[in-house]
Amino acid sequence: MANPRGSAVEEINQADALTVSEFGTPLSAEAKSTAVSAGSGMGFRHTVREVMRMRMAKFAAIVLFATVIAAVFAPWLAPYDPTKSKPWDSLQAPSSKYWLGADRLGRDQLSRLIYGARISLIIGVAGVSMAVVMGVLIGVTAGWYGRFWDEVLMRFMDGLSAFPNLLLALALVAITGAAVYNIILVVGIVGTPWVARVIRSQVLSVREREFIMAVTGMGAPPWRIMLRHLIPNCMAPVIVQASLAVAGAILLEAGLSFLGVGVKPPTPTWGGMLRGAFETMDQAPWLTFSPGLAIFLVVLSFNFLGDALRDVLDPKLKGSRL
Amino acid sequence: MRKYLIRRFLNMIPTLILVSLIVFSILRLLPSDPVRILAGIDESGAIDPALYARIKSELGLDRPLIVQYASWMGGVMAGNWGKSYLTGMQVFPQIVERLKFTVQLGLAAWVFGVTLGISLGTISAIKRNSAADIAVTTFAISGVAIPHFWLGMLLIILFSVWLGWLPFGGFNANLLTSPGLWLRQMLLPTFVLGTGLAAILMRQTRAALLEVMREQYILTARSKGVEERWVILRHAMKNSLLPVVTVASLQFGTLIGGTVVTETVFTLPGVGKFVVDAVIQRDYLVVQMGLLVLTIGVMLSNFAADIIYTYLDPRIRYD
Repeated sequence: MANPRGSAVEEINQADALTVSEFGTPLSAEAKSTAVSAGSGMGFRHTVREVMRMRMAKFAAIVLFATVIAAVFAPWLAPYDPTKSKPWDSLQAPSSKYWLGADRLGRDQLSRLIYGARISLIIGVAGVSMAVVMGVLIGVTAGWYGRFWDEVLMRFMDGLSAFPNLLLALALVAITGAAVYNIILVVGIVGTPWVARVIRSQVLSVREREFIMAVTGMGAPPWRIMLRHLIPNCMAPVIVQASLAVAGAILLEAGLSFLGVGVKPPTPTWGGMLRGAFETMDQAPWLTFSPGLAIFLVVLSFNFLGDALRDVLDPKLKGSRL
Repeated sequence: MRKYLIRRFLNMIPTLILVSLIVFSILRLLPSDPVRILAGIDESGAIDPALYARIKSELGLDRPLIVQYASWMGGVMAGNWGKSYLTGMQVFPQIVERLKFTVQLGLAAWVFGVTLGISLGTISAIKRNSAADIAVTTFAISGVAIPHFWLGMLLIILFSVWLGWLPFGGFNANLLTSPGLWLRQMLLPTFVLGTGLAAILMRQTRAALLEVMREQYILTARSKGVEERWVILRHAMKNSLLPVVTVASLQFGTLIGGTVVTETVFTLPGVGKFVVDAVIQRDYLVVQMGLLVLTIGVMLSNFAADIIYTYLDPRIRYD
């Protein structure tokens, strides 16, 4: 792994570089447990953990399936219009009419929760896809052309990743505005540096392999080598990490909405619902429970899914998170 | 080693310049025109071109970009950060004032997170696969997935709304003159901000300790008849804590980033909340400087982490 910042700490962690991601957020730490727990648990105890992992994967599958269903079929599932305010129902407690209560404007909390799944999933998935596209472009250019381009592009990535994620996102949203596609772009920009780093390090090793030399020798044009041979062979670690990155992106979006700079109201978002609930916390504390729980469960599930994917696609790292 | 540290410091300079360039261009890319705001005319209204030109040249906005950047950087270094377009107040003293709070919160949360993380991680490793281990592991898995602001809200509901034990938020205490009040006001924010760090360090400590416990020298110590708790405290911990301390010091920067949300939930007078308010009110100079200050803070704390690491581990040579 490249070590553009010249940090000793990064140097000793080279082996873990591929597992360090989630938008540069805390997960880097447990990556280091990788080599440790693998193979350390034997016999019966090992099976206990195996069973737990399987349960986690099942749990993740159920939660994510339910979330996708909610997002896709929101208009049919939601009992009320999520944006229609009924002031006379303001801050209603959960009841048979409003299962999860109604917010300050009298909007049904459950309907908003169901519709909110759309924003979270769209921004999470599209934002990470954007990060992957931009990161691959930058990482391949830097790794393949080397020298000048490597220096310029990776320095720029260093600069970007020096900012705390949420702060950078805040400042970028101030520039772009808060439309959904802008938030996707911002989430993508914030996530780009880690993809670029992973891809670049992969390119540096893959381009030395014989088959690349072979296709070069056969006179294939550079774009063809990159598209058909180089990139496909560099993607594995990124794909494994993408699911964890989606979790990070969903948290980031919720944070922006909570701070009041995310997707504009009245569009229902989980972070925005929490912001509303925050303002009426002393009168209607129940409004804080469901959106927060939704974010928590979905983020948790994407984390579990990421672990499961890693176990399947990259068995060397098995058991790294439990 | 000194050579290494100097090189590491010099390596930081290009990134610093780049960061400052990005921050500088953020203000230039913004959709609003500070000259119009200062001229006091709404975006649709007519503007006296003479007045517009005068304000523009007063702000130095009519000069080439490179000159603007150079003079901006000069001002930044001299502590002359300009006045907020909105309130007309000097930005530098305001940020310094709020930085005092943010640093307090960051340090408190860091100490809390490190203490909790290492102790729980140790318990979890010693009592491997016990109920305690599973509880700690569950806490660690949840700790990285829970949105900070939600955790903060739940705690406010529990301790302030329902139990009435702690204030809703806000901060006006002084650690030295009113330590009791300080503790009451800092307790929840510290917990919220430190939880993520604790979760990470728990896993890290658990894994590192389990790895070390399989080493030969632990077996030797045990067969010499050393009591188990001394085996762990004196022999195992010493070697396993090195990577943990490294991660802990690197995470200080992440904590600084996390203050934005925590300060907003608990209405605390820190830089993070200042920046968030500025974004909403479109007070872009404050956004710009807050972003720059916090980012440089993160970079410096990572640099400090490197220094600590080089002192802690004499086995590694840097030449």
